Amino acid sequence: MTDEDADWRPTAKLEALRVRAETLASIRRFFAERGVLEVETPALSAATVTDLHLHSVACRLEADDRRTRYLQTSPEFAMKRLLAAGSGPIYQICKAFRDGERGRRHNPEFTMLEWYRPGWDHHRLIDEIDELLQAVLGVAAGERLSYADAFLRHAGIDPHAASDGELRSRVAALGVSDVSELDRDDLLNLLLSHSVEHRLGVGRPTFLFDYPASQAALARVRPGHPPVAERFEVFIDGIELANGFHELTDPEEQRRRFAADLAERRRRGLPEVAVDERLLAALASGLPDCAGVALGVDRLVMLKIGTRDIADVIAFPIDRA
Amino acid sequence: MPSYNMNQVKVGLRILIDGDPCIIVDADFVKPGKGQAFTRIKYRNLKTDRVNEKTMRSSDMVDGADVVEKPMQYLYNDGSHWYFMDQESFEQLAADGHVVVDAAQWIKEEDICLVTLFDGNPLVVQPPNFVELEIVETDPGVRGDTSSGGTKPATLETGAVVRVPLFVQQGERIKVDTRTGAYVSRA
Repeated sequence: MTDEDADWRPTAKLEALRVRAETLASIRRFFAERGVLEVETPALSAATVTDLHLHSVACRLEADDRRTRYLQTSPEFAMKRLLAAGSGPIYQICKAFRDGERGRRHNPEFTMLEWYRPGWDHHRLIDEIDELLQAVLGVAAGERLSYADAFLRHAGIDPHAASDGELRSRVAALGVSDVSELDRDDLLNLLLSHSVEHRLGVGRPTFLFDYPASQAALARVRPGHPPVAERFEVFIDGIELANGFHELTDPEEQRRRFAADLAERRRRGLPEVAVDERLLAALASGLPDCAGVALGVDRLVMLKIGTRDIADVIAFPIDRA
Repeated sequence: MPSYNMNQVKVGLRILIDGDPCIIVDADFVKPGKGQAFTRIKYRNLKTDRVNEKTMRSSDMVDGADVVEKPMQYLYNDGSHWYFMDQESFEQLAADGHVVVDAAQWIKEEDICLVTLFDGNPLVVQPPNFVELEIVETDPGVRGDTSSGGTKPATLETGAVVRVPLFVQQGERIKVDTRTGAYVSRA
């Protein structure tokens, strides 16, 4: 090992850390000019997400009440409690933690920018993200593309109308193991990552919207043929940069989705997690109609300096932390 | 051989895919659309040299391949097999002609080659990066003739044909880079 590789050293160059600092400053300027309030919410909380594909880091305060708490996978629940308490538009830049996510675009501890706009729908929020990206990254104005149109254009298949069998044979041809055990959303996700994603955000950001209802997560579902989730993702140079929703505000629907996740967690032998009753109480008291988005700050800096490796923009990634 | 889970899958790992020994040349974690996580690998089949892609679920396992590389001394060939000796155990191994096909034009008896073994059998033989060989046939160079870019073909004692500068003559020994087949210098 040469001294340059000695593992006490940062993996990011000092120049990249300067770009990172400038990026954070320009984000804060952007929101200050628009009157969006910066907030901080707990990284360590009594409850966490039930999402089957998000793994929270659990820990206990041994010298305190010895109860399990979770490092947050995103500040979403706590920020919605602030919105329900009448905060108005808010944003947060914080660390988020996701167990098991490590790769060239993932570090288990990463920096997230999350913001909410009461009274807005996801299309109005997309316009503001577009302005933020132009201001912070200096990119051109983005294109809006529906999930269905992206699949038709880049994969030649209709994601809502195609049969499971058609999707399965398309995915098998991509060299994916055990396609028989994948469900419809897995198949669509793989087509997105292997056949569509790298063609998105070329030369300008792509805002992909109207996801299949089965991939709603915390978005509201708009009835229709087919019904679609009012959810969007943002891509630049094939990198998924942000995910947002026209937020679900119905406490009963939210409770049903949590319960369905927990049942599926039990069936799959995944850890049981505590449902966020304080979020449900906040929804019951009234979450304003709003749109919200989470954006990966590390990936934003990656795009700004033109690297494909997250280690180039984090001082100490997990294996040097 | 051990099996590996997706957290252990790394560039350079030797694994078995459809019974063939392969080396991982690229590995990345992907989590599209907030769904389940996958590991996407590119691997080179060590038999065919072809690179392919595979996407695995985070719960999948892959089998390790018993592949080792060791320096071995080339002893001789009998027309059908090429014989190599392990430098530590002095054990001798026979390699089929097709395993040596690329290396054959560069190696002479007693040269040390890097032999890749799969389940103990030779899979690939790499010649030394640089070899010194005698020119057994080449046209006498004509001074000032630059019509062929200042080089001419020369046949070496092992049968390889390389381009050499015009001033290099038959009977001389030259140094060649076996990775590119390029003349380096007079030896």
